[in-house]
Amino acid sequence: MSGLAIEKISMRFDLPGGGSVQALKDVTLHLKEGELMSVLGPSGCGKTTLLNIVAGFLAPTEGQIVMNGHTVQGPDAERGMVFQQGALFEWMSVRENVGFGPRMKGMPKMDMAETVDHLLDVVGLQDFKEKAVYELSGGMQQRVALARCLANDPDVILMDEPLGALDALTREKMQSLVLKLWKETGKTIILITHSVEEALLLGERLLVMAPRPGRIHREYRLPFADLGVGQDLREVKKHPDYAKTREEILAMIWDMEEEIMGRTEGAGA
Amino acid sequence: MIPLLIYVAIFVLSYYLFTKVIHHAARNDYTSLKTVTFGDESAVRPNRTASVISILTLFLLWGMFTGSSLLPKFLHMPGPFEGTATFEYTAQTPDGQRDTATVTVLVHPVDEEVTEPEVDPGDGWAKNDSATIGTWRSGLIRVDRNDDIGRDEGAEVVAVNGKPIAPGGSVETEFGRVGMSPKGTLNFEPAKGWQMEPIWLPAPEAVAARVVEIAREGFRGSTLWEHLGYSLFRVVVGFFFGALVGIPLGYAMGLSDWFRGWFDPIVEFMRPVPPLALIPLVIIWAGIGETGKIILLFLAALWIMAIAARSGVSGVKISKVHAAYSLGASKPQIMRHVIIPNSLPEIFTGARVAMGVCWGTVVAAELVAAEKGAGMMIMVASKFQNTDIVIMGIILIGIIGFGIDMLMRWAERILVPWKGKG
Repeated sequence: MSGLAIEKISMRFDLPGGGSVQALKDVTLHLKEGELMSVLGPSGCGKTTLLNIVAGFLAPTEGQIVMNGHTVQGPDAERGMVFQQGALFEWMSVRENVGFGPRMKGMPKMDMAETVDHLLDVVGLQDFKEKAVYELSGGMQQRVALARCLANDPDVILMDEPLGALDALTREKMQSLVLKLWKETGKTIILITHSVEEALLLGERLLVMAPRPGRIHREYRLPFADLGVGQDLREVKKHPDYAKTREEILAMIWDMEEEIMGRTEGAGA
Repeated sequence: MIPLLIYVAIFVLSYYLFTKVIHHAARNDYTSLKTVTFGDESAVRPNRTASVISILTLFLLWGMFTGSSLLPKFLHMPGPFEGTATFEYTAQTPDGQRDTATVTVLVHPVDEEVTEPEVDPGDGWAKNDSATIGTWRSGLIRVDRNDDIGRDEGAEVVAVNGKPIAPGGSVETEFGRVGMSPKGTLNFEPAKGWQMEPIWLPAPEAVAARVVEIAREGFRGSTLWEHLGYSLFRVVVGFFFGALVGIPLGYAMGLSDWFRGWFDPIVEFMRPVPPLALIPLVIIWAGIGETGKIILLFLAALWIMAIAARSGVSGVKISKVHAAYSLGASKPQIMRHVIIPNSLPEIFTGARVAMGVCWGTVVAAELVAAEKGAGMMIMVASKFQNTDIVIMGIILIGIIGFGIDMLMRWAERILVPWKGKG
């Protein structure tokens, strides 16, 4: 069985001061190969925890992740990860960063150079090959991070708010790039984001999570990611369903936020 | 007090001259266009003119107050009186007879051999006297020694230069102060002027001459370079072993909770103990030879390097480690390619601190006991009042300490260019 199965994941941990937190409860989800899924939710809904469990950095208290027919026990090169920022190795050049995965696997130098060159072409950083990563702008750094992840040829790419720290213009360009890479490579991608627009544009499937305990609130299947592959994302945003869905999700998240606020205020009083 | 006033005056004057007169024409870069400079730290850069004037001022003051031959005479502060001084004293017998005689004193540089000047004894029962006194010194003058009616006959000195004087009192003359001891003996102290005696502070050229002399002839059986070389050698060897043990220890403490728990109390206790406090124990255990010094410097560097390596490991961003695992790296690969390079900036900072501490400690240890070394040199020199060697030693120790720091910074720039860029 290929693809990724998240089976009845629950996550509960004790707090240092006593008591415990139910970060996730009974999350079940199946991803087919090549699916692009965005995950959205108010802060504290456990979306990053979920991603860390899928990546293998955390072990769930209940349930399991099944990937390509085996249970996930820890991090592995089959599940690549792109972080928000600051996860590049600043002691390596752009080329060395992108070639990190292949090098760890002991890929022959020639093949590695070829892979790196190809990916730098794809993300448009061929001219910056020998630069130090801290000399690049934030957007360029994230392109390096994408290329580094792809160089390892993972089956699933997990993205934890990869564009969160970028400015609006750079962000739009990067969203197109993510769509392009998705179509060209056919990878399964899970993308976590704070931005409703980003979740709409970069989600074949869009998952809205609810907090306390973290759970799946609602799932959408959207046409925008497919539409966005060949065309300008501003055109996609003119689609009649786009504004409607956006309003619906925004309202949903506002309700959740308000509920949280009310609950904490109630607890404080 | 006077040197401080001159120093402040030069500071204020040069500041005024530079900012109001010269500065306007000079700069036209981005910083000079900033209107808000007060409070904007980035707009404050050291003014190199000020640095140059500052150093020149120090040497100027040094030269002025030591009568340096490098300075034109008119810049010198008044020196000590030198030459022939005279004053008169009036003695009185118990029955009221008074007589006056002159005292001639030859004031000479201390390192010159001189003979007392010949004087005519003069008329009356009080006879003229003569004496010699070194500059900056003072001397008792038994003026009644050659008088016809002396102290033993009941005569006593009642006035100097016509001004009355009593036991314990004093009279200022144009050549210096004449005091009277409780027993009635005169004491002449030639005017000292404002300059420092070479025994307290030698002139700059005297220090420079010493450097040349010691560089050529050595000091206490070793050349200058041997003395400095020994100190440096101890620092380098002590630091090397400290780093050799400290860095792996720090890594172990950063990576394993058992190691952290085991060594935390030791490291946290030893870190605040000044290495100087260990000198007596090290001397008891290892003697005053090279072994003792190197053990001391090893201990000085060890804790600093261990703590630097530990915080270098703890400082690695978890997302970098996660990223490396997701890219398929194994534990040894993570160590080699992520944790070690990530900790290098911290280790370099620690190394800089450790080298500084080691240099200070080695000099202090040599002050206590050593056969060779920069600290030993100045300690021995101070016992013989060779102030010029002491000052030379301090300047050389300062230059070397500064050089070490510069070298470490340079190495840091070359070897860990990513420092602070993560």
